[in-house]
Amino acid sequence: MNTRHLNFVLVVLLLATVATFEIGERGVAGPLAMATLLAISFVKGRLVVLDFMGLRGVKFFWRGLLLGWLLLVSTLIAVAYWIAMK
Amino acid sequence: METQPHSTTPHAGPAAAPPGDLAIWFFILAELLAFGVFFAAYAFARARHVELFNEMQQTLDRQAGALNTVLLITGSWCVARAVEAVGRARSHTGARWLAAGIACGGGFLVVKGFEYAAKFGAGINLSTNTFYMFYLSLTFFHFMHVILGLVILIALWWKTRQGAYGPADMNGIESGAAYWHMVDLVWIVLFPLVYVMR
Repeated sequence: MNTRHLNFVLVVLLLATVATFEIGERGVAGPLAMATLLAISFVKGRLVVLDFMGLRGVKFFWRGLLLGWLLLVSTLIAVAYWIAMK
Repeated sequence: METQPHSTTPHAGPAAAPPGDLAIWFFILAELLAFGVFFAAYAFARARHVELFNEMQQTLDRQAGALNTVLLITGSWCVARAVEAVGRARSHTGARWLAAGIACGGGFLVVKGFEYAAKFGAGINLSTNTFYMFYLSLTFFHFMHVILGLVILIALWWKTRQGAYGPADMNGIESGAAYWHMVDLVWIVLFPLVYVMR
């Protein structure tokens, strides 16, 4: 992994964190806010897994395990929030 | 002539195993499973007490949570830069990046310490209500992982300064780095879930 790409990933992660914080500051709630927050969280987690953990060039099995965890946790959270909204 | 590490061989397909020791990845998966159960338990508990969770969430210090996110992400980046530097036989540069990562992790503990002090000072504890039972236990579980991650980073920093790692021996530093990134990954889910989502 070259340094330029790592620096780019850092900038994306910091911008995504600002977006998450702003959603909280504006007090936005509801299904769209929940989906946006989970999507931002998934994108951030994916970058950490692929670029910081170094799994981008590794067989899909390992990437799949970690990204699968991220997807499963996001889905469970979404289901729980959907139940709460009913 | 010095041989290149296997992972940098041109035209090689995807590596069969992840960076570092295989054992650390099984450990990471076990940790992620535990945190996953915790996150799901929080979300489903919230579904039964929506008003309480939304009200209590407003009493959290979101700025401190965001600052801690920045510290962990930056710390993770520093550690990734350290691994990259050591992989290019620049141990001293790698040690400096590790020191920066340790500083970020230490900053996280300080910020979280202030947050805990404010909550305990207000008389909040595990039995205050369901929200705070989850908030305190979930964040403290993560807090303990940050401490363990810092111990690992300090050991890596010490050994990297001594030149123990290099392009031909990345196993130790890659294993420790993977654990630290796991701590970051968990917080990336925890922050929006506990501090923001409502």
